[in-house]
This record gives sequence, structure tokens and C-alpha cells, in this order.
Amino acid sequence: MNPLVQLAAEEAENPLIPPIPELIIGLIAFAIVFIFLAKKLLPNINKVLDERREAIEGGMEKAEATQAEAQQTLEQYREQLSEARHEAARLRQEAQEQGAALIAEMRAEGQRQREDIVTAGHAQIAADRKAAAQALRQDVGKLATDLAGKLVGESLEDTARQSRTIDRFLDELEEKAEATR
Amino acid sequence: MSADQVLAFETDCHIFDSSHCGFPSPGLHSFVFEPIFSIGSFDFNKPMLLALLSTVVVVGFFWAAFNRPKLVPGKLQMIGEAGYDFVRRGIVYESLGKKQGEKYVPLLVSLFFMVWIMNLWSIVPVAQFPVTSIIAFPAGMAAIVYVTWMTLTFKTHGFVGGLKNITGYDKSLGAVLPMAVGIEFFSNVLVRPFTHTVRLFANMFAGHLLLLMFTIASWYLLNDVGIAYAGVSFVMVIVLTAFELFIQAVQAYVFVVLAANYIQGALAEHH
Repeated sequence: MNPLVQLAAEEAENPLIPPIPELIIGLIAFAIVFIFLAKKLLPNINKVLDERREAIEGGMEKAEATQAEAQQTLEQYREQLSEARHEAARLRQEAQEQGAALIAEMRAEGQRQREDIVTAGHAQIAADRKAAAQALRQDVGKLATDLAGKLVGESLEDTARQSRTIDRFLDELEEKAEATR
Repeated sequence: MSADQVLAFETDCHIFDSSHCGFPSPGLHSFVFEPIFSIGSFDFNKPMLLALLSTVVVVGFFWAAFNRPKLVPGKLQMIGEAGYDFVRRGIVYESLGKKQGEKYVPLLVSLFFMVWIMNLWSIVPVAQFPVTSIIAFPAGMAAIVYVTWMTLTFKTHGFVGGLKNITGYDKSLGAVLPMAVGIEFFSNVLVRPFTHTVRLFANMFAGHLLLLMFTIASWYLLNDVGIAYAGVSFVMVIVLTAFELFIQAVQAYVFVVLAANYIQGALAEHH
């Protein structure tokens, strides 16, 4: 047996009985670890882990909110688009109707104006003819009387008689003209 | 440090030696070290040094990882978070639930990493000694757990209720009630802290003995034709080192899972 083994055999009695110095050192060693971890280091990391979880959850929430907003905007956009389409169709329809009405109105107006013009022309012509006939009658009467006066040699001064005679003459002429026609 | 302080076995002895010194087999003496220094009657030895180094490693690592934590973690912080999450989610939330367990996370995280690093020294070159194979170290930590769950039991249920909770008091047991209560009391109050301690201690103790066995043998056999035997022995050292790496983590895990279960039992309504 070497000296060390002898020494050990003296000291190593029951390995199940804890030696007090080792026990104290062990407790101190553990206490230091526990104090550092419990008071400083684990709270540190817990804070960061919580922050990280919040950041991740917050980011997801934000993304969800953005997506919902985008969806809403899209809906709105589509609605507006379909509204605009309807509006455009309605306007086109209206314009067509209005155009047709306008054309019809213009046509009626033109018709009316033409009729007016024609009527006015007819009236003018009738009036002109009447005036011309009047003037002609007077002129012819005067010429006839002048001629008759010259022929008869006397002035037929009595205008009333004169005109009666002329009228009668002219009427006869007209009747003749009617008859020949 | 001298060889005696570090190794605790005779190094100058080989097989087929003229001195016929014999195999320096490992034993209880392998767990006793010459003090590195002494203050009065207090001897500071290698397991104590390794225990304090464990503190430095655990605190140092988490300090580096968590002192200035960032929202977007760096590599070290990521590893620290993985370890932290393993204990927090994998052990504490599993047995205690998130709401109830949050309070005990620091205790159990400290326990897990402390036990694991203390175990880990077993395969770290030069250190090569699991601190937890000295029963005082697991006993200290088991005592902390014991005090915690005993306090919680009486705080949650009151004195009588606490006793009933510990002893599994149940009127429907009828005639066997006194026996059941006696066994439960013995099992929970007296034996439980002991088994909690010894489960960890004995695993590391035995693991260390195995490693010592084959390591010393590799060295002792390294003479003449013994070199062939030494080779086989050394392969065993490698295999057992890998195995120990696994066992160290498992034992730390078991120790903390049990601690979480004891706390859970203390908080739960007795049934």
C-alpha cells in the first residue's frame, strides 16, 4: 500500500456522509449562481423575450390590419368602378334620347318654318296679285277713260259714273276671260 | 498543484514491473484529495475548486449571453436562450404549468445548469472529476429543493392540510389508513431527500469509478505485452467518456424534473 492510499483510507470513511466544508462551499457556489440568475440575468432575458413576442405579434396584427384595409379599399374601388360604369351607360342612354328628341324637334321646327314660309309666300303672292290687279284695274280704267275721253272728246268727269262704267267693262272682260278658259 | 492533489492515484506503477507494486485500483480513496491549501482546519481541495469554477462557468456564460440581451439575438444569446427555454418550457411548464411555474424557473434553471456543469467536469481534461460524486454537493442542492417544497406544502395547505398532503391522507382507505399514512410519511418526508441526493451522487460516483478503472488500467498496463491490453482498456475509456457525457446531462435533467415534481406536489390539492 502506498502512502496516499493509506492516507485516503483513513479519511474516506462513509461516502454517504456529507463533509461539512464541502456542503458549505456547495451551497455558496449554488447561491451565487442563483442570485445572479434570479436577480439579474433571467429577468433581463425575460424582458427581451416578451418584447420579441410582442414585436412578432404586433407585426402580425399590423399586417392583418393592412390586409383588411387593402381589401376594403379594393371593395370600395370596385363599387365605385361599377357605379361609374352604370353612370356612363345612363349618360349615354340619356344623350341618345336627348339627341333623338332634339333631332325630332328640329325636324318639326323645320317643317313648321317651311310651312310658315310657304304660307307667308302664298299670302304675299295673293296680296301682290290683288294689289297688282287693283293697280292694273285703276291704270287700265284710267287709260281706258283717257282713251275713251279722247275718242269721245269729252271728259267724263263724273268719277262715279266713270268707275261704274269701267268696272262693268272690266267685269265683262273677266267674264269673257273666264269663259274662254 | 501536485499530482497527489489532482490525480489521487499512484502513477509510477506498471504491469510486469520489477517492483511488483500491483494494480492501484480505484476506490473510495479516489474521491479524497490532498488539500490544495489549508486555512486552520479548513482544507480547500479540488472538488471545492471545481464547484466554484462551476459557478464561474455558469454565471460567466449567462452573463455573456444575457447581460445585454438583444431583440435579435447573437450566437451566444441564442444558445443561452435555447438552454433557458429547455428548462423553462421542457421541464417547468411541463410539470407546473406556465402560470404556476414561472416563479420557480430561476431556481430550477440554476439547479439544472449547476448540476450539469458540476457533472461535466468528469470528462474535462485535467479537471476529470465530477463534483457531484462528493455527496455534499448534491445533498446541498437537494436540501434547498426539500426546504422549498416543504415550505410550500405548509404555506399552501396550512399545518394539518400540509401533513395530509404529504402523507396522502385519504379516509376511503379505511383500516389501512394508518399504515398508508406511515409509509407515505416515511417515503416522502424522510426518504425522498435522500433518494433525490443519492440518485445523482451514485450515478456520478459510479461513472467516475468506471472511468478511473479503465483510465488507470490503460496506464498501468502500458508495459511490454500489456500494451495490447492497454489499447482495449483505452477504447473503453473513450466509449465510457461518451457515455458519461450522456449520463451527466440525463442526471441533471432527472434531478431538476424531480425537483419540479416535488414542488408541483406541494402546490397541488391532495387527493
